[in-house]
Amino acid sequence: MADRPRRPDISAVPPRDVDLAPADVAELDLVAEAEVLDRQGELVAVPRRERPAVRSTEPGRRSDVDAWGRSEHLRELTRRLYDPIYKHWFRVEWEHFDRLPTTGGALLVANHAGAIPPDAPAIMHGIETQLDRKVYGLAENLFRSLPVVGTLWARGGGVAAHPDNAYRLLHDEGQLVLVFPEGTKATGKRFTERYQLHRFGRGGFVEIAMRAGVPVIPIAVVGAEEAMPIVFKSSRVAKLLGLPYFPVTANMLMMGPLGLVGYLPSKFRLRVLPPVHFDVASDQERYSRSRVMDESERIRQTVQEALYDMLRTRRSVWFG
Amino acid sequence: MRVLVTGLSTFWGGRVAQELERRPDVEVVVGVDTRDPRIALERTEFVRTDSSYSILARIVAATQVDTIVHSHLIVDSTRASSRTLHEINVIGTMSLLAAAGGSGSPVRKVVLKSSGFVYGASRSDPYFFREEMTRTSPPSTNVERSLLEVEAFLRDFADDSPHVNVTLLRFANVLGDDLDTPFALALRRPVVPEILGFDPRVQFVHEDDVVGALMYAANNDVPGVYNVAGDGNMPWSEVCTLVGKPRMPLSPWFTNLAAEPLRRLRLWDLPPEALQLLRFGRSLDNTRYQRAGFRYQYTNAGTVEAFARGLRLAKTIGDKHPAYRYEREVEDFFRHSPAVVRND
Repeated sequence: MADRPRRPDISAVPPRDVDLAPADVAELDLVAEAEVLDRQGELVAVPRRERPAVRSTEPGRRSDVDAWGRSEHLRELTRRLYDPIYKHWFRVEWEHFDRLPTTGGALLVANHAGAIPPDAPAIMHGIETQLDRKVYGLAENLFRSLPVVGTLWARGGGVAAHPDNAYRLLHDEGQLVLVFPEGTKATGKRFTERYQLHRFGRGGFVEIAMRAGVPVIPIAVVGAEEAMPIVFKSSRVAKLLGLPYFPVTANMLMMGPLGLVGYLPSKFRLRVLPPVHFDVASDQERYSRSRVMDESERIRQTVQEALYDMLRTRRSVWFG
Repeated sequence: MRVLVTGLSTFWGGRVAQELERRPDVEVVVGVDTRDPRIALERTEFVRTDSSYSILARIVAATQVDTIVHSHLIVDSTRASSRTLHEINVIGTMSLLAAAGGSGSPVRKVVLKSSGFVYGASRSDPYFFREEMTRTSPPSTNVERSLLEVEAFLRDFADDSPHVNVTLLRFANVLGDDLDTPFALALRRPVVPEILGFDPRVQFVHEDDVVGALMYAANNDVPGVYNVAGDGNMPWSEVCTLVGKPRMPLSPWFTNLAAEPLRRLRLWDLPPEALQLLRFGRSLDNTRYQRAGFRYQYTNAGTVEAFARGLRLAKTIGDKHPAYRYEREVEDFFRHSPAVVRND
C-alpha cells in the first residue's frame, strides 16, 4: 500500500508527550529539512511539508481513490469545510489523546448517538488533523446502496462493516479503524434513553481485533446524544423506505426540513480510554466465544462507566 | 505433454493453443469446439464436436491426452441463449469430466477457466474476495448459476480423482485489444454507461495475463482454486477518464429496465451481472496465485492503460485484425500430405 511519505528520520524525534525545549524544536526543524539519500544514492534536500501531497503516486492512475474507495483529496476538502464546525459548533475537546497510537493498527470503539450520528466525523476529524493518520470508519453496508451519498461516504473514508474489510485494514495495512459496535440500535434510540449503551453486537469487533493482533481503544463520546435527539420514531415509515429507523428529531421540529442537517450546538467531549490488549495469538481459525463475549462486555462496561463519570462532571449540555 | 484444449474457436482456447504449439515438450495439441477456429494454428488438431461434447470420451481415449485446458465456459450472457449457455457450460463440463475421470483415463491435469461472476456483486460483499469466500447474495442470472454448478462438478471431480491435479481459475473482467467482453465493448462506444450516483471500484485483468495464468496452470502443478486479477482497483469513473470517454448515467432505480432500450439499440450490451458490477463493483484478492508462483505482467491500472492505448491506435488506423478463415482441406494438406517438406 502506498503510505504517506514519512518524515526523514523518526528515530530522532522525541516522543510526543515530552515537553520540548526551544533548542529541541530548532533541532526538530533541522531534522525535518535534513538531507537524505534518494534512490540513486544522491543527497537531496527534503523540503518540509505541512501536509503530504494528496495525489496518487501509483503509476497509471488518474485519481487518488484508494482500494477502499477513499480519496485523500476529498478528505482534505471535507476536513477544511468541517473544521469550523468541529472547532466552533461542537467545540470538541479530547481527554487522553496521547493514548492513541502513532503507528500500527488499532480498532477504535466508541458509543454511537444522534439520528444522523455526528460522532463519527468528529472522531475522524480530530484524529486525522492532530495525529496526521488516516481513520477508516466502518458502517452499515446500507450506505453502499445509496446513490451519491454512498459514493461520497466511501470517498470520505467510509468502509462497509465486513469482518474481512476490518481485518485487512487492521492487519495488512496497520490502519486506524473506527467502529460503533452498537450499530443502528444506538443511533435510533429515543432521547429518553440517552447515554444508555446497547449491546455491543455479538462481540465481532473483539474477534477481529484478536485475529488482526491489534488493541481495541475505547472512546467515550459525550455531546452527540444532544446534537440531534430523536423525539419519536415511526417504524411504519422506516419499513416503507427500507431504512433501519425513521426518526422525528427535535431539530426537525424546530427547524423543519433544515433539521435534517442542522445539529444543535452541544459541547463534545471525547475521552480516550486505556487500550485493551488481548493476550491471544493472532490469525487463529476461531476464538473462544465466551472469551470474546466477556471482553466485549468488559469494554462496554468501561465505556458506560466513563460516560457516567463524564456526565457527573458536566454542568451544561451546551457549554460542557 | 499431450494437451486437449476446449473452446478452440474462442479467444482463450486459440491463444492457449498457440502458446502450447511453441513449447517443444508439448507433443500433441488437440482442440475441440463447435465452430471453426478463428486464428491460424500450426500443429493443433481441430475436432468439431456438438455443444455438449458427447464424443469427448472417445477423443480422450484415442489421443491419450494427459492435460485438459477447459477454456470453453461462456461467461458473457449476451453471446448465447440461456439454452446454449446451459448446454456448453453445464452439460459440456459434465461430459468433459466424465471423459477425464473414466477408468483408465490418461488425464492427470484439468485446468478450468471460471469467472469472478461466481462471487456476484452486492452491498454486503467484502471489498476483496478471497478464494474460500462464497457469494453473499443468491445467484440471480443464468451465467452465475451455471458457473456455480460447473464449479461444484469440478469440486466433486477433484474429490473423486485425487490423482488428477485440478486447477480452477476465477478471472476478473478481462480487457484487451483483441477481445470483446461486455466491458471492453462498452468502453469502445462513444459514450460509456454508469449508474447515476454510483462509482464503484472495479478491477480488470489483461488478456495476456489470462493466457499466462492458464499456461502457468498447464505447465505447473498448482491444484486448487485461484483468483486471477490485476493488482489494485479503481473507480469506474477513473476507468472512463483513462479511456477518454464521457459517461452517460442510467437511472439508479429500475436500472435493468432503463438499460433495455439501449440494448435494443445495440448501444451497449450490458448483461444484468455487469450492471450489478457498475453498482457495487467487485475486487478479487489475487495473492494466492502469486504465492503459487504466478507473475502478472499488468496491474489493474496497467491493464486499463494498455487498453486505452489500444483504443487510441484503433481510432487512428481502424480495426486491422487480419481476417482468418479456417479451411479444412488446406489445413489437412499442410499438416498431413506427404508432399509437404517438414524439417523435423
